[in-house]
This record gives sequence, structure tokens and C-alpha cells, in this order.
Amino acid sequence: MNTREILIMAASGLLLAGLACLPLADEGFWLTLGISLAGYVAMSTAWALFSGPTSYVSLATAAFFGTGAYVVVNLGETAPWPAVLVVAAVCGALLALLAGMATLRLSGVHFVIFTFGLAELIRQLVTWYQTNIGGAVGQYVFVDISSAQIYWQLLALCGLVFLAGWAINRSRLGLALRVIGDDETVAAHSGINTARVKLLLFCISGAFIAVVGAVLAPRWTYIEPSIAFNSMISFQVVIMALLGGSRRLWGPLVGVIPFTVLYELISGHFPNHTHLLLGTAFLLIVYFLPQGVAGRIEQLRLRRTHRETHAARSPATLGETAR
Amino acid sequence: MLFLILFTSLLLGGAYALMAMGLTLQYGVARIMNLSIGETLVGAAFAAFWLQTQAQVGPLWGLLVITPAAFVLNWLIYRHLLTPLVRRAKNRGMLEVDSILATFGLLFILQGVMLALFGGNYYSYSYFSEPVELFGHTFALNRIVAFAVAAAVALALYLGLNRTRTGTAVRAVSVDPVAAGLVAIDVARTSALAFAIGGALTACGGALLSMFLTFNASMGVVFTMKALIIVIMGGVGDPRGAVIAALLLALAETTVATLVDPGLTLAATYGLFVLILLFRPQGIMGRRTA
Amino acid sequence: MSNHLLLSIAGLTKVFGGLVAVNQISFDIQAGEVVGLLGPNGSGKTTLMNLISGALRPTQGSVTLEGRRLTGLPPHRIAATGVARTFQLVRVLPSLSALENVMVGAVFGPDQVSPGAARTVARSLLERVGLGGREHLHPAEMTYIDQKRIELARALAADPRILLLDEWLAGLNPTELQTGIELIRSLQAEGRTVLMVEHVMDAIRSLCDRCVVMSAGSKLAEGTPAEVLANPDVIRAYLGDDHA
Repeated sequence: MNTREILIMAASGLLLAGLACLPLADEGFWLTLGISLAGYVAMSTAWALFSGPTSYVSLATAAFFGTGAYVVVNLGETAPWPAVLVVAAVCGALLALLAGMATLRLSGVHFVIFTFGLAELIRQLVTWYQTNIGGAVGQYVFVDISSAQIYWQLLALCGLVFLAGWAINRSRLGLALRVIGDDETVAAHSGINTARVKLLLFCISGAFIAVVGAVLAPRWTYIEPSIAFNSMISFQVVIMALLGGSRRLWGPLVGVIPFTVLYELISGHFPNHTHLLLGTAFLLIVYFLPQGVAGRIEQLRLRRTHRETHAARSPATLGETAR
Repeated sequence: MLFLILFTSLLLGGAYALMAMGLTLQYGVARIMNLSIGETLVGAAFAAFWLQTQAQVGPLWGLLVITPAAFVLNWLIYRHLLTPLVRRAKNRGMLEVDSILATFGLLFILQGVMLALFGGNYYSYSYFSEPVELFGHTFALNRIVAFAVAAAVALALYLGLNRTRTGTAVRAVSVDPVAAGLVAIDVARTSALAFAIGGALTACGGALLSMFLTFNASMGVVFTMKALIIVIMGGVGDPRGAVIAALLLALAETTVATLVDPGLTLAATYGLFVLILLFRPQGIMGRRTA
Repeated sequence: MSNHLLLSIAGLTKVFGGLVAVNQISFDIQAGEVVGLLGPNGSGKTTLMNLISGALRPTQGSVTLEGRRLTGLPPHRIAATGVARTFQLVRVLPSLSALENVMVGAVFGPDQVSPGAARTVARSLLERVGLGGREHLHPAEMTYIDQKRIELARALAADPRILLLDEWLAGLNPTELQTGIELIRSLQAEGRTVLMVEHVMDAIRSLCDRCVVMSAGSKLAEGTPAEVLANPDVIRAYLGDDHA
């Protein structure tokens, strides 16, 4: 770890500590906003951990989220809370494993299509199970956790996701990911088990998202499959990650804040037009910010260093040819 | 019982097949993975509904208006919305990702428009709903008519693709756009044509479905899912595969709905999908890429 | 130079629909040999390379490396046994620097070298292929021949038992060609086993111990470069009937 990295770590730690003080100042609107932001930051960053380097667009976020929520529904009142979270993570990873094993050996398109309907499929299955075997479709969650505690847990999760991303980037796994993202044939011929790498990343990503779902579950006292497996979550996470830029660890963070603010504004003033907003946002991102804000910043930075090196070189060459 | 299931599946499969053929053209030729195709279907259903209830124009006559309108709309979408992405993409993989995201956005916009116009309510109307006795079972006339029209359209498409110059050009572009360009086929125009025809086919399916299905503005996604699965199952690029896969899917759905539980139809669809992915990922009519 | 059997290809066949791209090809490669794979365009040479490296699955036949069966294994498992290759159209990793590109070969190769040690290996290999001092540049900033050198270094970083070169000397000007031939000669001197697809006759004459000639998927001739290039069938395959 060099000095720069130590500084960033320290600064992030301070930032987290500062943000953790929010519940002491406000227990109403700002805390709710904070919870929303923290949740989306954790999910978008976890999403980008996998979908960024591999370019496999996962539309399954809601499937993992709902899985975590349902773990709480079933275990929340009987098991100690930390154990519940661990079970949620494991379930998320398992779901990713199953979905990944079926689709990750194939092209990205198969994967996208599969994940597109995955949340809907699970929702149907859970509804069917509950109507025919479980008893009632909706269930009550009576876990006693305060909003502040939820907020802190989400902050801790954000920290963990970033830590995980940082650790992966420096590791062999991170290098393998970069190679796969550049050229999968070369990756395979260099000895990388591309399917296993993708699967591992997908499981890590799914586990994190499931834990977010579990942490947020106590906020709703009543959970139905259509609430827990709400596809809108999948779509919003994708937009935020792409808006910020999915190739950099801090990219989604940059995308979450403006988008959440915009979404709150639109759903506040034009509640029937959220779909139009989402759609337009998607199109704008695809056309004008394909690498997200983070990518755009990188491009501008590259262009500036390029210009500088060219400016440094040209006077000499000009002098030589002029002679 | 078996016969009832088979025949019901056939009727349902016909409508699915139209949508699947539409997506096959859009993905197999124009290389656009159109996630908003379900919205085209539902939009056409709403248009048929409007024509029937407001203008007293039956859906079969309505087809004459809806299908060309969908053709034009999809042509415009390809020319103005999707062509910049085609130009920008450096390879097929990039175009796929870009087109998925762009049509995803389109999905929301179209759904948003329909929600704004019609709200979230369910709509349906009655047309040709008289019962018909066939082989000892009763079926609604509208389902039979829908199937007949779908079959006729599928035949027309097959003849068009295999017996006309334009059809051959379309098939050439679906096999290899670069080579097609080298033999003086206008790839951009052919892709736009394929995309537009694809949209028209889907709209036709939607109008037909509207005769007996209850629909609302948010249902597009479910249809898109099925279309995507059907196209992959059938083998990208070959409309015959799409038809076979559509019928298979309808069969699986109807069987599960009748014998097991109507609430598990999507699970049946996915089950079939996973089986294909595991054992024959190139699809029924697809060529295995070495 | 040890002379034990390294790679054995037996009855290797690849059929694409109606086209038999590779037809019952059999030959052996001894350790330390440099074998040339020749033939006119479309004779199936690159397909054969793809079959050996695992990019394609054979329809029939087998490839064995020191008794270990390679056929049917996925490319990353074949790479783990010690097979490394370059590609006909150079494939360097654009988002990695030259150094990182070469490191990849070592980190994920059969020896699974740690990133730190891989860096040292990569640096010395870049030096060896003539890219010393330019390790932090990205491929996009380098010429085609330099990208080829990166690719070769990456393959060497895996310390392979057999190196597959797919037209590595193609597209070079006479000076670059000489440098390239010298480079491969130095690999030969240190005992590396190489199978090279080539069109450049000078290189073949000066580098190859043996040659295998393919035409329309089948093996046409096998022998020393002199024998093979004087063979009337070979001449006919390349130049047509008038010249045989």
C-alpha cells in the first residue's frame, strides 16, 4: 500500500465516520434520504463489481434484493441478526451461482435475457408457494431495528463493498477480470478460467445485494413478493451505475446522488411520469455518456495529458524540420 | 385432455410466433436486441381496443391501419434512434450492449406514454367471442381467427423471405452483414426494413391477441421476456426456429397451466429456457459455433 | 538438446458443416525442434493451430503433450499444460500497459507466478524482445511490430513447453524480418520447441528443422525445408501446375 492509497483509506474512513453522525442530527427526512442513498450506493457499487469489468449487464438486482428480504421474513424473528445477514449473503451467492452456471459460459445476451426475467420468475414462484403451501401471500416483519441502525448497517456495507472492490482490483482476480474485459480469447489462452472468474464475481455481487435487501427489510412491516422483488430496483441500479460509470469503483457513487435526487423530484411533482424519466435518462446515458461520468472524466484527463506531451514534443521537431 | 392441451397451445402459440418472428428479424438481421418489443405488442393491443370501442372498427380491419403504422414507427425508430448506435459500435458485442440499453430506455418511454394515456387499468373487449365446436371441444372463435391470421402472415413472411429479391437480401444480411455489403446489398436500408417489418409483425400479433386477452400498460415486459426466450430457443436469425420454439413454449405453458398450476407458467418457460441453454445453446435451428 | 517426443498429433480432423478444414493430420514434434507448418492460404493451418490450442474442438483425432491428452480440454486447461501461442491478427490487451500484458502470461501460466515476481520476469522479457524501457506504454501507442513483440513476450512469460507462432513474421519489412528471425533463432538456441505457421520462405529455410506442408486440409509432405520445398507436389500446391 503506497502513501496515496493510505491517504484515500484514511479520508474514506473519516467520511464514513462523519456520515455516521447523521442520525444524531435528524431522524426524519434527511435520515430517510440517507438510507435510500446508502442502500443504492451499496447496491450499485456491488452491481458494477461484476457488470462493469465483464460488460455482462445484470438485470437481476431485484432478485437478490428480494431474496435477502425474504430471508429476514423467514428467519428474522427466530435467529440472531448477524446470523440472518450471513444467511442472506449465502442465499444471494447461491442464487448467483445457479443463474451464473446456466448462463455465464454463453454470450452476454443470454445472460441479460435470463436476468431480465429472473426477479419476475422468483416472484411468481414465491407467490405460488405462499398461496398453495405457505398460507398467506403477504407476511409481517416484526424485527425491532431502528432507522438509525439500518442507516449505520448500510454505511458499513458501503464501506465493505468498496473494500472488497479495492482488494479485488489489486489481486490476481482483478487482473484476470481486466484481461477478460479486454479479450476473452486471450484470457482463456493465458490460462484464465473465465467461467469461474465470472461466476465468482457474480456470487460476490449477488451476496452483497442480498444483504442490502435483508438490512432494508425491517423498514417495511409488511412484505409481499411484489414489494420485495420489484423490478424497478434492478432498473434504477443499472441506471445509477451506468450514469456514474461502471468501470471505476467510485463510478456508481457519482451516479447515485444526482439520480436519486432527480427521481425524488420527479416522483414528487410528476408521480405518473417516473417511467418517462427513467427511459429518457437511459437514452441520454447511452448516447452521451456511454462510459458514465467517471468515464468522461477519464477521457478528458487522458486528452489533457496527451495534449501536454504533444506540446512538449513539438517545438523540438519543428526546430529540426525547419532547419 | 392431451388433444385439448395441444390445440389450445397451438392457438396461443400462433400469436407468440408472430411476436417471435418480429424479434428474430430485429435481432437476427438488424442486430438490435429490442427489449421494448413487448411495448409494441401492447401498444398495438391498445390501438385495436381504441379502434373497436371508439371507432367501432373491428380488430381485423384495424390490422390494416395498425400494421402499417407500426411499420412506419419502427422504421423511424431504427433510422433516428438506433442508427447512431450502429455507426458507433466497433463490433457486434458492443452493438448488442448498446442496443439493449437503448431499447431498455425505449421500453420505459413507451410504457410511460401508455400509462399516461390509459392509466394502470386492465382493458379488454369482446370480439368474435362466440364459441365454436371443434373436435368435441369448445373454443372461442377469436382464438381460432387469431391463429388463422397468424398462420397466414407467417406463410406470407416465409414466401417473402425465400422467394423475393428483398427477402434474399434480408437473409444475406442476417448471415453476414459485411459480405452482404460487398455484394452491393444496402445493409443499412435492409436492416431498417427488417426492423420495421419485425415491428409490424409484432403489432399484428398484439392486435390479434387483444381480441381475447385482458391487457394493461405494464404487461409489455412479460411478453418481451417470452419473445427473448423464444428467439434464443429457436436459434437466432431463423424465423422457422422462432415459430417452432413459440409453439413449444405455448405447449409448455398450457400443459403446466392445465395440469399443474396456472401460477407456474413463467417457471415452466424458464425451465425450458434453462434446458435449452444447458444442452443446445445455439437453439433449435441454430448452427453450433465451433 | 533432448530428443524426446513432446507433441503428438494423430488423425486430427475438423469438419465445419460440409467443409473438411483439417483432414486426418498426423505428425510428431520432438522437444527442442522448430517445426514449420506451411501451405497455401485456406489449407487449414490456422485451424490446426486452433485445434491444438483448444480454441476449436476437433471432430476426430487427438493431440497429446508428453502423453497427456489435450483434445477436448478447454483452452485454459491446455494453456496450463504448457502450450502458449500468438495469434495471426495480433491480440494485445488494450487497457493494460506493455508490462502488464506480459505479466499476464506469467501470472496465469502453468507456474502461477506471483504478481511481484511476474513483474521481474516481464521486464526481462520485454528487454529481450527489444522493448526495454517502454514497458509503461499502452499498445495503442505502439507500432504493429512492437505489439507483436508484446504478444511474443506474453507467450514466453508462461515459460511454455511448446510455443505456437501463427504467422508471427508476417507484415514485417526486411529489417524487422531479420530482427524477428534472430529472435526466434535465440529461442531455438535455448532449446525451446516451436511450431510456426509461416509463409516467409527465408525464415523457414533458416529456422526450421523440419516442415509439414498442408493443402486443402490434408498433409501434403513432411521433411527438411530443402526436401519439402523441392517437392513437386508442394510446388504445384503453391504455384500451380505450370511450375512443377
